[in-house]
Amino acid sequence: MTMTLNRLTEIKQKNQELVMVRKLVASQAEEMAKHTAYRKQILVCGGTGCTSSGSLKVIEALEKELKKNNIEDVLVVKTGCFGLCALGPVVIVYPEGAFYSQTTPEGAKRIVDEHIMNGNICKDLLYPETVHEDGEILPLSKTNFYAKQMRIALKNCGVIDPENIEEYIALDGYFALHKVLTEMTQDQVIDTMLASGLRGRGGAGFPTGRKWAFCKATKSDIKYVCCNADEGDPGAFMDRSILEGDPHAVLEAMAIAGYAIGASQGYVYVRAEYPIAVQRLQIAIQQAREYGLLGDNIFRTDFCFDVEIRLGAGAFVCGEETALMTSIEGKRGEPRPRPPFPAVKGLFQKPTILNNVETYANVAQIILKGADWYSSIGTETSKGTKVFAVGGKITNVGLVEVPMGTTLREIIEEIGGGIPNGKKFKAAQTGGPSGGCIPSVHIDTPIDYESLARIGSMMGSGGLIVMDEDTCMVDIAKFYMEFICEESCGKCSPCRIGTHRLLQMLDDITKGKATIEELDKIEELAAHMKVSCLCALGQTASNPVTSTLRYFREEYEDHILNKRCAAKKCKELLHYQIDPDKCKGCTLCSRNCPVGAISGTVKEPHHIDIDTCIKCGLCKQNCKFDAVYME
Amino acid sequence: MANVAFRGTPKQERELRKFIKKHKDQPGAMMPVLQEAQGIYGYLPREVQMIIAEEMGVPLSQVFGVATFYSQFTLSPKGEHTVSVCLGTACYVKGADKILAAIEERLGIKAGECTSDGFFSIDSCRCLGACGLAPVMTIDGEVYGKCTPESAVKIIDSYYEEV
Repeated sequence: MTMTLNRLTEIKQKNQELVMVRKLVASQAEEMAKHTAYRKQILVCGGTGCTSSGSLKVIEALEKELKKNNIEDVLVVKTGCFGLCALGPVVIVYPEGAFYSQTTPEGAKRIVDEHIMNGNICKDLLYPETVHEDGEILPLSKTNFYAKQMRIALKNCGVIDPENIEEYIALDGYFALHKVLTEMTQDQVIDTMLASGLRGRGGAGFPTGRKWAFCKATKSDIKYVCCNADEGDPGAFMDRSILEGDPHAVLEAMAIAGYAIGASQGYVYVRAEYPIAVQRLQIAIQQAREYGLLGDNIFRTDFCFDVEIRLGAGAFVCGEETALMTSIEGKRGEPRPRPPFPAVKGLFQKPTILNNVETYANVAQIILKGADWYSSIGTETSKGTKVFAVGGKITNVGLVEVPMGTTLREIIEEIGGGIPNGKKFKAAQTGGPSGGCIPSVHIDTPIDYESLARIGSMMGSGGLIVMDEDTCMVDIAKFYMEFICEESCGKCSPCRIGTHRLLQMLDDITKGKATIEELDKIEELAAHMKVSCLCALGQTASNPVTSTLRYFREEYEDHILNKRCAAKKCKELLHYQIDPDKCKGCTLCSRNCPVGAISGTVKEPHHIDIDTCIKCGLCKQNCKFDAVYME
Repeated sequence: MANVAFRGTPKQERELRKFIKKHKDQPGAMMPVLQEAQGIYGYLPREVQMIIAEEMGVPLSQVFGVATFYSQFTLSPKGEHTVSVCLGTACYVKGADKILAAIEERLGIKAGECTSDGFFSIDSCRCLGACGLAPVMTIDGEVYGKCTPESAVKIIDSYYEEV
């Protein structure tokens, strides 16, 4: 079909009320719902987190129960991620906005029988934070988790059905593309991006408008627009959630970028580990083509643009821009030296721009609401919002979008709900294997590109892993170095050899085999790698080590000098001991010890000789009084 | 397991050759072709790489080079069931290493290996993005969240009970 503004507006109006019911406060939503065909709408999260905890079975149960009772004026919608992944499967019933967490198929049946049919909200199944002491139900926006958030990149996630392009259009979808194609010149689009202050959300923070301007300035008959959805940082799932929850936002932005630089072909490079995201993206591309929003002569202009998906195959380095392009070309995904930069010679040797999923998710809204609106959010140098995937030792694991400049403390203590089990905060890791650890003294740092770099970490793509006092920082540094060693592509020797040497030294430290001079060697090698590696993977590979060494040097020294791991994580440094208060002298441990390391007489506390002990753990397994412990 | 005899069928070969013919002229076809081939055969033995090299008109070394670069491509066959333990940061912080160790001990093999009866193989994988459920493992793509070493072993055992 040929898409026109009239047609687009018609689709928007047809679906607007249905979708707005989910965006308004309860009283207004109820009024709005009367104008739709549905008395109630049940939204179920179909993101990876909730799907893994069984949301598809919940949907099945809801639909079955509705059908059984011949209810036709209630709509079940499978949406993208709501953010509260640890509480999945998440179900919201509109217009009331009742937020059910950890829903089971049995719970789904009750929701239909009690809530939908009789109007009695199942309060015991609601997310406890949304139930006030006096029994009143609070809107989700009033809970700690959502109150401080500001949703721009995630604005449609958990609101629309990502497999229905009309719901995207209902919330102004593809109007930005129309505006760009019919009212703006290429330079005006680029100037708007520059003025908005939007910077790359993949980690490095390069101004998006400048990237586009460089590429537009390069003369070529063929150019490409690429989207980096190879979200490889372990613990990061922002891009996946956007693709799963709002894939059209990415496609629309890629088309806008295509217009700005003069490209007619786009590629989305997605990790194969994200099957749901790939499937939603495929559906979105298909629908956009059917509606004439991808393809030839979009909105009856000269502009033609199409998008193809390319799947990764499990190589972390392919998140690096030149490696990603080499991989799309069907080769080993090794990085190329820059210059030439991709804006000059990129994919298939043609000028190319590559932006991250989250970066694209901001573009259409900047076009519609203006650069001034966007640049009014955030800090001096970092504009807009940032999505973080908060994980690790934190109560509310999930997806969080906050204005730049929000402090780590606000994210961890207020939105994240603090550290579970009464443990103490030790550090937060941002930026994945390229980033660093932020210790508790810096917990009040406002998060933006510059301030994170100043304290030795980086924004990265947005993974934020919280660690408590049980985490050994040397072990964490070793964990990241093992990751990097495996993922180093091997093309340049500073990375290939350097990462292995770093890992070897870290391994020695965790085994008590290192000397104190090793710490200086680590720092020296890290400094060399920063300047001599070919790509960002190697240049930043030492960050997790150097940042933990900077803030937790005494922990490294404790391992080396005292052969002690205070977090009790490094097994080789632990020793089995017997608590004399608990030991009844039953002799079971000494009889089972294969090396005769345990001495003691009957009914007297026993003792383990740590020099003889081989740490097999049989004594601990056999003790009936829990007297054997590791220290 | 590299010495397992190749048991590809003519039907599989026809399917692969057809796919390559259709896609070989599109730019950067090698990755989609390898992904399809692994989908058809389950792995990429030398015999399959030779078919690809022949159809694509490139040296075998180039096919081998790409196939060995990416961790998702495997040159040796997998077990009937594949258990994959996520070793992403969020899972690691919550003890994924202990889950992997428990499964390795239960099956008597290491990650990357296959049991001698060909029933189970173990993989470790990078972040699945299901960090809210950490620690996580998957068996044949089905996700099991909030695992403990004990529950993980129980889940493994349940696959043997079904046989």
